[in-house]
Amino acid sequence: MSAGDILAPPPSAQGPASRFAGSLRTFVVKLADEPLGMFGFAVLLFLVIVAILAPWIAPYSATSQNLAQALQPPSAAHWAGTDEFGRDILSRLIYGTRITIQTVLAVSLIIGPIGLLIGIVAGFVGGRTDAILMRATDVVLSFPSLILALAFAAALGAGLNTAIIAISLTGWPPIARLARAETLIVRNTDYVAAARLYGASRTRLLLLYIAPMCIPSVVVRLTLSMAGIILTAAALGFLGLGAQPPAPEWGAMISNGRKFMLDNWWVAVMPGLAILITSLAFNLVGDTLRDILDPRHAR
Amino acid sequence: MIDVENLSVSFGQGPARTQVVKSVSFSVGKGETLGIVGESGCGKSTVLRSLAGLDRHWEGSIRLAGEAVDPDRRREQLLLAQMVFQDPYGSIHPRHRIQRVLAEPIRAMNKGPGWDRVGPALRQVGLPETFADRFPHQLSGGQRQRVAIARALMLEPDILLLDEPTSALDVSVQAEVLNLLCDLRDERNLTYVLVSHDLSVIAHMCDRVLVMQRGTFVDELTRDDLQRGVTHHAYSQMLFEEAVNGLRDVHEVAPVLN
Amino acid sequence: MPVDQPILEIRDLSVRFGRAKIPAVNSVSLTVGAERVGIVGESGSGKSTLGRAVMRLLPPAARIEAATMNFEGAPLLTRSEKAMRGLRGNRMALIMQDPRYSLNPVLTVGKQVAEAATLHQKISRKDAYALAADMLGRVRIADVERTMALYPHQISGGMGQRVMIAMMLLSKPRLVIADEPTSALDVSVRGDVLRLLDELVRENNSALLLISHDIRMVATFCERVLVMYQGRVVETLTKLEDAKHPYTRGLIAAMPDPKHPVSRLQVLDRQAINQAGSTL
Repeated sequence: MSAGDILAPPPSAQGPASRFAGSLRTFVVKLADEPLGMFGFAVLLFLVIVAILAPWIAPYSATSQNLAQALQPPSAAHWAGTDEFGRDILSRLIYGTRITIQTVLAVSLIIGPIGLLIGIVAGFVGGRTDAILMRATDVVLSFPSLILALAFAAALGAGLNTAIIAISLTGWPPIARLARAETLIVRNTDYVAAARLYGASRTRLLLLYIAPMCIPSVVVRLTLSMAGIILTAAALGFLGLGAQPPAPEWGAMISNGRKFMLDNWWVAVMPGLAILITSLAFNLVGDTLRDILDPRHAR
Repeated sequence: MIDVENLSVSFGQGPARTQVVKSVSFSVGKGETLGIVGESGCGKSTVLRSLAGLDRHWEGSIRLAGEAVDPDRRREQLLLAQMVFQDPYGSIHPRHRIQRVLAEPIRAMNKGPGWDRVGPALRQVGLPETFADRFPHQLSGGQRQRVAIARALMLEPDILLLDEPTSALDVSVQAEVLNLLCDLRDERNLTYVLVSHDLSVIAHMCDRVLVMQRGTFVDELTRDDLQRGVTHHAYSQMLFEEAVNGLRDVHEVAPVLN
Repeated sequence: MPVDQPILEIRDLSVRFGRAKIPAVNSVSLTVGAERVGIVGESGSGKSTLGRAVMRLLPPAARIEAATMNFEGAPLLTRSEKAMRGLRGNRMALIMQDPRYSLNPVLTVGKQVAEAATLHQKISRKDAYALAADMLGRVRIADVERTMALYPHQISGGMGQRVMIAMMLLSKPRLVIADEPTSALDVSVRGDVLRLLDELVRENNSALLLISHDIRMVATFCERVLVMYQGRVVETLTKLEDAKHPYTRGLIAAMPDPKHPVSRLQVLDRQAINQAGSTL
């Protein structure tokens, strides 16, 4: 659960594996009470499996063109129809999950630790450090993320990696603020006071006492912001600044479909549905995680 | 064991500066239990936190076991006195198992892993060793307070500072914890400073009581004084009556008690 | 005091939370006239749940069952939420541990008391203010003018309880449920607050349910004391000396008494208590 449990395995009859199984079981039991959250988790699990198995389950290639089959409506052969180059949209969507999940994972692995670190250091050290860090956060927070990402993508050249870096650049301030607020609460608790009394060093307090208390809310916040990350990534793709053609990025697919919107609705609608369902699933999971991890929101 | 001279504590800056503790002096002998009683905001907890080293704004001199200590404690000075807090729900890390809670003081002081000390520490406060594997939320308030006491004793301090150690507990559990504290004091020849708003708890535990009001001590009572009901100040008289009767004359009709 | 028509009449009240097997309150019966009744027990004994069940202030997960639960002769359980809102703060009032949570944080004390005045009497704003000032004076708030301009977070706990009582002087409730009204207060003001509560219920000839963990305080203050243990009323006392149930006796013995010091305090023998049950 906490970083401390991994750092120092205490001797006990019960092994860490069975302990982990125990916490996992309580988690699943709590999850069973939340049908919507269950649905969200199922969707996310499905997406991950699809992303991993994409080459095996996709009926067609995602990139090879077949102009004879261009702009076919949904049918038994092409469940989601084909686009203007005759590429099977379902296959493209399936491969597209890889790009989406890659983006989401990369962004949260960047902004989670950075936001957490900046937040807890600012909250714990206080004083001038706090002021400098939080003003920097405010400055970044006041940039509209899409515009900054646009500028960034324009400067570094369009591409998936640029998109990930651009989104991350504007993604960490909310996390940092949240972590700082949590730290301010935890810093003044009696168990931290007791730890000071038995001589715990600042690093120890920060890493073993304060950070673990902030992680649950940071995880919740990250999950909830993933929907936004997906949408921003799609928007960048739509504007042609994310993953480059012929990569099957969902936003770019909508952008292509725009031209045929009136006569061939499925070209734009199918990737749109994929984006909708995925961000919805992330939001549901985030809400459920908050209910489970954060006792203050307990019903 | 403890010598305090002209201890003053002020909070705030400039015109908002308020003096919470106004130049108090007292001393506690080895093995003695001193009680400080008063109402919220009288400065009693501030005195205790200054003794422990949690508040750094104090002026004056504090000597623990003959050694003068600074507002910013060194590690060796921290070993002299440990503290037990009022709220057993807030004073234990909620995500640490009990064994980790108890081993942390040893580990933080770089005195080894500390796991082997957990079992004896639990037994000593009357808890089964199987509790080592539990999380704090799986324990009752009284059991948590026992864990907090065990943790305070992990570094084997000579002085234990008790900040309302039972006011968050039920009366029946309070009795158990007070008994435990008495036993530990006799076994280890500990010196206690006990702060409470409840004179009956103080009177039960302490050899000597200081009554605190608005940052100064207004009265000093010995165990003998308490038994005979002797007080030297109107304020301590009031506290005493409340402790004995539960209440002062609330209504004129014959009360149930007496 | 005459107990002609009971103000509150409860038969076999049980409260269960969610899927919990053990009820938080287990078939409690109690009749309260114009008197002061104390309810004593440790945390988790169900004493606060009982008080809230009467006010119908429990969360939706709580299931309340009772053979009868009548307030002034009319059943409480079948009342709509709207009808309950009409009762609360009007015919029945609740005083909680920290009054500052019961007061509206964005209104000054004076405004709130004046509002209570206009709610119960048809008077102009100016008269309401005058009446409010009058009531605050009656609960012995020294500097009424200044206090009325303060916000709830600026006043002390004892002052807050006085304000709550002042508001009740206006609404004249028939039943006052006080849940640990003094445990957040300093010793020096506890007596004052209880004395005011006492005056309030005497004047209106109403009932007071005093819920507390402090058996000595309750026994001094109330005509009758109900001792609750694990959701049941194990004993009803008029005098502490009459206590027979091992839980009550243990509770009294566990309290340190400065006049009769002992080297070790008595500890509750829970096994004996469970064996004794509620048969006594």
